[in-house]
Amino acid sequence: MATIEMTYRDAISKVLAEEIEHDENVLIMGEDIGRYQGTFRVTQGMFEKYGGKRIVDTPITEAGFTGIAIGAAMVGLRPVVEMMTMSFSILAMDQIINHAAKIHYMTGGQAKVPLVVRGPGGAAKQLSAQHTHCLEGWYAHAPGLKVVAPATAVDAYGMLRTAIRDDNPVIFTENPGLYTVKGEVPDDRDFSIPFGKAQILHEGKDVSLIGYSRMTQVNLAAAEALEKDGISAEVVDVRSLSPLDMTTINASVAKTHRAVVVYEDWKFGGFGGEIAARIGEESFDELDAPVVRCGGLNVPTPYARNLELECIPDVDDVIAAVRKLG
Amino acid sequence: MAKAKLEELESPAMLEEFYRQMVFIRRFEEKCNVAYRLGKIGGYMHTAVGMEVTPVGFHHVLKPTYDYIITAYRDHPQPLLLGSDPVSVMGEIMGRSAGLSRGKGGSMHVYDIEKGFFGGWGIVGGHIPLGAGLAFGSKYKGEDRVTLCLLGDGAANQGVVFESMNMAALWDLPIIFAIENNEFAMGTRLEYHAADTELYKRGEPFGIKSERVDGMDILSFIKDAKRIVDWVRKEQKPYVMEIMNYRFNGHGAADNDRQLYRTKEEEAAAEKRDPIARLEKVLIDRNIMNREKMEAIDEELTDQVEAIYEAADASPFPDADEVYANVYTDMEPEKGH
Repeated sequence: MATIEMTYRDAISKVLAEEIEHDENVLIMGEDIGRYQGTFRVTQGMFEKYGGKRIVDTPITEAGFTGIAIGAAMVGLRPVVEMMTMSFSILAMDQIINHAAKIHYMTGGQAKVPLVVRGPGGAAKQLSAQHTHCLEGWYAHAPGLKVVAPATAVDAYGMLRTAIRDDNPVIFTENPGLYTVKGEVPDDRDFSIPFGKAQILHEGKDVSLIGYSRMTQVNLAAAEALEKDGISAEVVDVRSLSPLDMTTINASVAKTHRAVVVYEDWKFGGFGGEIAARIGEESFDELDAPVVRCGGLNVPTPYARNLELECIPDVDDVIAAVRKLG
Repeated sequence: MAKAKLEELESPAMLEEFYRQMVFIRRFEEKCNVAYRLGKIGGYMHTAVGMEVTPVGFHHVLKPTYDYIITAYRDHPQPLLLGSDPVSVMGEIMGRSAGLSRGKGGSMHVYDIEKGFFGGWGIVGGHIPLGAGLAFGSKYKGEDRVTLCLLGDGAANQGVVFESMNMAALWDLPIIFAIENNEFAMGTRLEYHAADTELYKRGEPFGIKSERVDGMDILSFIKDAKRIVDWVRKEQKPYVMEIMNYRFNGHGAADNDRQLYRTKEEEAAAEKRDPIARLEKVLIDRNIMNREKMEAIDEELTDQVEAIYEAADASPFPDADEVYANVYTDMEPEKGH
């Protein structure tokens, strides 16, 4: 299959444009996504090309337009809502969790909500406490939502197509630190990657580094650094939080017998805790050491660059967590 | 409005139909209240006793099953009027497998999507943007549907109402924001919850045509509703209606202490506006029906409701394995405790 090298951002733009062309019921809604070209330029050029019917500039009113997208999805449209940052989706959480996630269930299967909510989630650079949330764990907590957090350009491309074609509400989170990461992306308008499949991005035998979104990139760098110290780390890229592929995670733990779960979200009560608990429940006999979590510091993200960097797990933090395993 | 149409709306046959539908809804709701007290219905349940004009009036001026209707938790009358199997409506309220959602929704979450009835929502105001979304969807597809979005005076204060009105006006969405002002946000009187108690004015800042109508008189209501529905269908633009009515029951079946927020004298005065009694007077004055006929109709409908209840009560509770069904369209959630 022919591939093209492109950034994570361009992979998302590519699939959005392809799906707009593929299905007349697909539309994109969000703040400043049209005439302004998108805050992170993901929708650049689309308003001019596809027009205001398909690329809908909304007022700054997340609960309202997310609710409109949900209602429109109930009557057959396939809206892709862009959150300028996932932090703003907190305003729409009643619509997403108390409405979208429960509609198929409450109607006994009568109604479907083919909705995607996507946007940058996690730390960019000095955006301070209110623009830096990692919300994928909050959403993965709610049954009825599918939640994915791809770490590579090819996965962003394949998984966003799956999200748009899925009949359920999907939360698709894009860590802003990933937008410039490059990768080979297939030039195939039907290429898609199913949800619920974790992948091994780097084979190892001593410890499993389990993460998703940008933390997978951190884990890859940590694995490289650990290798120089003679520690062979396996990088498990979870990709999909809900559904969650414990089979791949447990298989890796069965091989390495040690696990560190890495996540950018606040460590306390975060999704990494769910993965760690599941490994404990399902792979206890395989473990040579307790599962260790390496998460974001439990503070509102500070502005000062040095303090901000302190909060987000980095290669050194992952290595320190591995060392804890003895 | 053409004269012939007006006459048609007031023909003896039509008035009898209004009467039958309003009495049926009242008897159905009263049966629900009894079943609730017997423990056959649980959770929160809200009846529309006294508020029958709104669903019946709209039913005759909308295109049933083509137009979209969405409402909050006082949602029993609409599916009954749209022709949903009444046993399935009662079955849902009773949490039985015969229910429209096979017992997954309950009284507050009754839906019949195929008939254009989109529920049935429990978060006050939460469904208003969904209603705007239904209108967005029909407009996007180039259809001429009207979306009727019902809400209460309490919901009219929620932020998403204003957000939705703004976008409905901005994007010319064919939706009627029909605020049923029954004077109480649960147990809080209108003047204690709304800075401006003329709720129809809430559409005005957005340039939405807005007006207040009487919701206790089916004859005036149906003319107002027809004029507004026809306008929205033709213009494909939003409208705000404030429907003045009164609920004779408590907010919900669990609201047993109405004296905390209104007096018995006030209730007695409101009952003089009873829309069914008012219609009965019209039927007699116009020599369409006598008391005997009305009593016969009431008895017939009461028996019907009883039979519906018995049939719903005969339906089993849903199977335990159904608990995981319909969380997703294509997969099951994580299982087990």
